[in-house]
Amino acid sequence: MANLITIDPITRIEGHLKIKVEVENGVVTNAYSSGEMFRGWEIILRDRSPIDAPPIAQRICGVCPMPHGIGSILSLDDAFNVKPPANGRIVRNLMLGAEFIHSHLLHFYHLSALDYVDITAILKYKGLDPKLIKIRDWVKSDVDAGSKSAGAPFLPRYKGDYIEDTDINIAAIANYIKALEMRRKAHEMLAIFAGKMPHAQTLFAGGVASRVTVDKIIAFKSRLTELRTFINNVYIPDVLAVASLYPNYFKIGRGVGNFMSYGGLPVDDSGKMYFTSGIYLGGNLEDFDSNNIAEFVKFSKYSSNTGLYPLKGETVPDAKKGGAYSWLKAPRYKGNVVEVGPLARAVITYLKNSDSSYKNLIDGALNSLGIKVDALISTMGRHAARALELKMLADNMDVWVDQLEPAKPAHTKFTIPKTSDGMGLTEAPRGSLGHWIAIDNFRIANYQAVVPTTWNGGPRDDNGNMGPFEQALIGAPIADPENPIEVGRIIRSFDPCLACAIHLVEGDKEILKFRVC
Amino acid sequence: MLITRKKFLQISAGSIAGFALSNLWLPKLLEAASVKNGKGKLPIVWFQAQACSGCPVSFINTEYPGVDEILIEVITLEYNPVIMGATGDTAIGVLDRMVTEEKGKYVLVIDGSIPTEEEGLYCTVGEKDDQPITALSWIKSLGENAMAAVAVGSCAAWGGIPSAPPNPTGAVPASSIIKDKPVINIPGCPPHPDWMVGTIVNVLKYGIPELDDIGRPTMFFGGDKLIHDNCELRQYFDAGVFAKDFGQEGCLYELGCKGPVAHCDVSTRGWNSGVSWCNRSGGPCIGCTEPFFPGGTGSGLYEKLPAAEVPGLAKINANANTIGIALGGAVVAAIGAHAGARIIATKVKQKKDEEKREKGTPYILKEEDDK
Repeated sequence: MANLITIDPITRIEGHLKIKVEVENGVVTNAYSSGEMFRGWEIILRDRSPIDAPPIAQRICGVCPMPHGIGSILSLDDAFNVKPPANGRIVRNLMLGAEFIHSHLLHFYHLSALDYVDITAILKYKGLDPKLIKIRDWVKSDVDAGSKSAGAPFLPRYKGDYIEDTDINIAAIANYIKALEMRRKAHEMLAIFAGKMPHAQTLFAGGVASRVTVDKIIAFKSRLTELRTFINNVYIPDVLAVASLYPNYFKIGRGVGNFMSYGGLPVDDSGKMYFTSGIYLGGNLEDFDSNNIAEFVKFSKYSSNTGLYPLKGETVPDAKKGGAYSWLKAPRYKGNVVEVGPLARAVITYLKNSDSSYKNLIDGALNSLGIKVDALISTMGRHAARALELKMLADNMDVWVDQLEPAKPAHTKFTIPKTSDGMGLTEAPRGSLGHWIAIDNFRIANYQAVVPTTWNGGPRDDNGNMGPFEQALIGAPIADPENPIEVGRIIRSFDPCLACAIHLVEGDKEILKFRVC
Repeated sequence: MLITRKKFLQISAGSIAGFALSNLWLPKLLEAASVKNGKGKLPIVWFQAQACSGCPVSFINTEYPGVDEILIEVITLEYNPVIMGATGDTAIGVLDRMVTEEKGKYVLVIDGSIPTEEEGLYCTVGEKDDQPITALSWIKSLGENAMAAVAVGSCAAWGGIPSAPPNPTGAVPASSIIKDKPVINIPGCPPHPDWMVGTIVNVLKYGIPELDDIGRPTMFFGGDKLIHDNCELRQYFDAGVFAKDFGQEGCLYELGCKGPVAHCDVSTRGWNSGVSWCNRSGGPCIGCTEPFFPGGTGSGLYEKLPAAEVPGLAKINANANTIGIALGGAVVAAIGAHAGARIIATKVKQKKDEEKREKGTPYILKEEDDK
C-alpha cells in the first residue's frame, strides 16, 4: 500500500514549490512536482516600451536577476540589430559571472547545507572563534530556557542522517557564516558595474550604461581574487567533503539522463561562447536547435492548446483546471524530457571535449572521490558539477577583467525599430535560459521567457512522461515517511527557482523568428 | 499612465489612517518581545507571497550588523522560507504555532504582493485536508494575530510589478489585506538592507519611526530624501549638461530619470556596501520606491518625466528648456535670473571645452577660457 507524502512548502529554494511522492516499501514509486505561484509577468510587459523589458524581466527573480536581465538585453540586441562594443560584452559577462558566484555559493551553503550539516553540533564547540562562541551561547541559552524557537530559523528541521563528525559540522557552520560574507562580496563586485544588486540598473541594448574606469576594474578584480581563493580552498573542498560522506547520493536522484545547454557568454565578437551549446539525448550528442522546443499543458493550469512552440497559440490561466497540478508548463525537446543546469553543462562540455581544462578538473574530482564519470549523474553529482564549473568560470573572469579597456565605450547607440523581434539565449546558474520579444508599433507585442526550472521542475507532459524533478525522485529511498529528508536533498540539488519558472504567454501575436544565434 | 502620489493616497485611503496611533501599540510590542527568553529580541515571521526573493536576498546583504548578529541579537526569525531549516509540515507547523500560541507576540514581515482573484489560488503555501492554503488566507490569519506588520519591497508595499496593468492576478499590497493594524511600508525593488534592519532596530530600541503619509519611515524616505535634491549628478543638471544616450556623462533626466519624484536615501547611502548606486552607475533612477512603480503602458521607465504630473518639475523643465534656447544662441540676453546665467555660463564653457577637445587641445580648466 503506497504511502502519499506531501511536502509543501519546499523551503530553502526560490519560490513556492510542492512535492508529492508515493512511497512503497520505503521507496518512491510516484512523484508530482507543483509550482504554486503565478504572476503573469509577460502580460504585464505587453504594450510597454521594449527598453522597459530588461529592468522588469530581471525582476522575475531576485536570486538570479542578472541572467534574466542578460537574456532580455540579448533579445533586444537581436531585435534592434545592435552590437555592444568589446567593453560592453565583457562587462555583461563579468556581471553574469559574478551572479554565478553569488548564486552557487548561496545554493550550497545557505540553501542546501542544512540538509547534511548538523547545526546542533555547535553546542559542542570548544574553540575560541568569537563568532562561533556567540552562536553556541545563543543556541544554548534558548535550549536551556526551553524555548520553542531555539535555533530559529535553522531549527526545527526533519530528523535524519546528518553528518556525525563534530569537527566537520562546526567547520561547515563557520563556512556558512563566511559564505554569507563571500556572496555579499560577489554582489558588491557585480554592483560596481550594475549600480545595485539585486536588480541591476545598467542593462540596455547595445551594451551597458556603466562606464569602464580603472577604479572599477581594480575594485572588481580585488574582490574576484578573494572569491577565487574561497572557491578553490573552501567551497570545492567543502562540497567534496560532503560528497565523500554521502556516497549513496551518487546513486540517488539520477533522473532523466538527457541534458541540454544553450551555450552562452560570448568570448569574442565572432559569436564564440564560453559555455558549450549542445544536447545529449538518449545517449547521443546533438547540436541544439531551438525549433525543437514545444510546451505541453495537459497537467498545467492553463486552458489552452498544447504541444506548441513556446510563442505560438493562446494560453489562458485556469486555476481550477481538472487534473492539472502545476503552474509550470512541461517544455520538451523533440518531445523528450531534458535536464538543464551545471550538471547538463558538465556533461555537454565533457562529451564534446570543448574545454580540456574543465574535463581534467572533473576527472581529477572523480578520481579523488573514487567514482566513475557515470556517477556524476546524481544528486551529489549536481553539487560537484556546480562547484567545479564555478572554479572554471571564476578563473576565466580573471582573464576577462584584464581585457577591459578604460575610457573606451561600453555602449553602442540603438534606435527602437517600429516592428521587429528578437531572441536572447544564455546560460543561467540554474541552466538554459531564453528570452523572446516581438515589437510592434514601437511597443512590446509579445514577450516570453523559457527558464531553467520550467525544464527541470515542470509536470508530466501530455504523454504522461514525468519532468526531471519527478524522474529523479523515482526509486529514491525514504527511511522515515514522517521525515522525508531525502526528497529535499534530491530536489535542492537542482537549485530550483520557482519565481522564474512560471510564465504565461498570451500570444495572439506570435514571434516569427526562433532560431539559434 | 502614472499613478500619482495623490491618486495613490486616494486609492489606499483608510488603510493607513491608523498611523497617528502607531506608538500606542509600541509598549505592547516591547512587552511581548521582552518575554522572549528574557531577551529584547523581536520575534519575526517573514512570509513570502508573489515574491521574487530579492527582498530577503537584499536583507542578507547587510554588512554592519551582519546577518548572524541580527539573528542572534536583534530578532528571532521564526519563519523565513529562503533560509529556514524546516520544510513541509515542519515549516507549516511553525506558522500554525505562531497563530495559535504566539498571538500578538510577533511582527509579520511580508514580501511580495498578494493575489486576490480566483479566491487567491494564484499563490498557495501548504495544504489542509488536501486543499491548498492560499497566501491570501495565510496573510489574513498571520496578520490578524500579529503585533504589527511590515511590508518590505514595493510589491508588498504598493502591489509592485505583479499589480501593474492589467494586473492579471488581482495582486494587492499587504495594507489592502491587513486593515486592523498599521503596516509599515519599506518599499524599494528591493529595499536597501539598511532600511529593513534600521526600521526593525528602531522599533525595538526607540519605538515606531516617524512615517510619511504612505507609511514609509521618513528617516529613509522623507521629503528631504528626494533623489534629485541629493544626486551626485545634480551639478550636471544645474549646469545643463544632459546625457543624451546611455553611458554618457551628464544628468540622466532626459533618459527618463525618476529622481525628481523618487524618495529614498541611496544617493547618499550607496548600494552594496557603498560601491555604487543607481544614477552613479549610469542607469537612470526608475523610481522603484514609489507607488507609481513600474506604472502601466505608456509610462516608460526611461521616458522623460511629464512635467504636469510632477509638482516642482515645471521649474526644472523651464530651466532645461531655457538651456536649450540659450544653446541655440538666441536669447541669452533675455535671461536675467542669476541661476539661469550661471547655467548658461557653465554650458557655454562646456561647449568651448568640447570644441577644444575636438581640435585636440589639451583639456585644461582655466578661468580665461570664459572670456
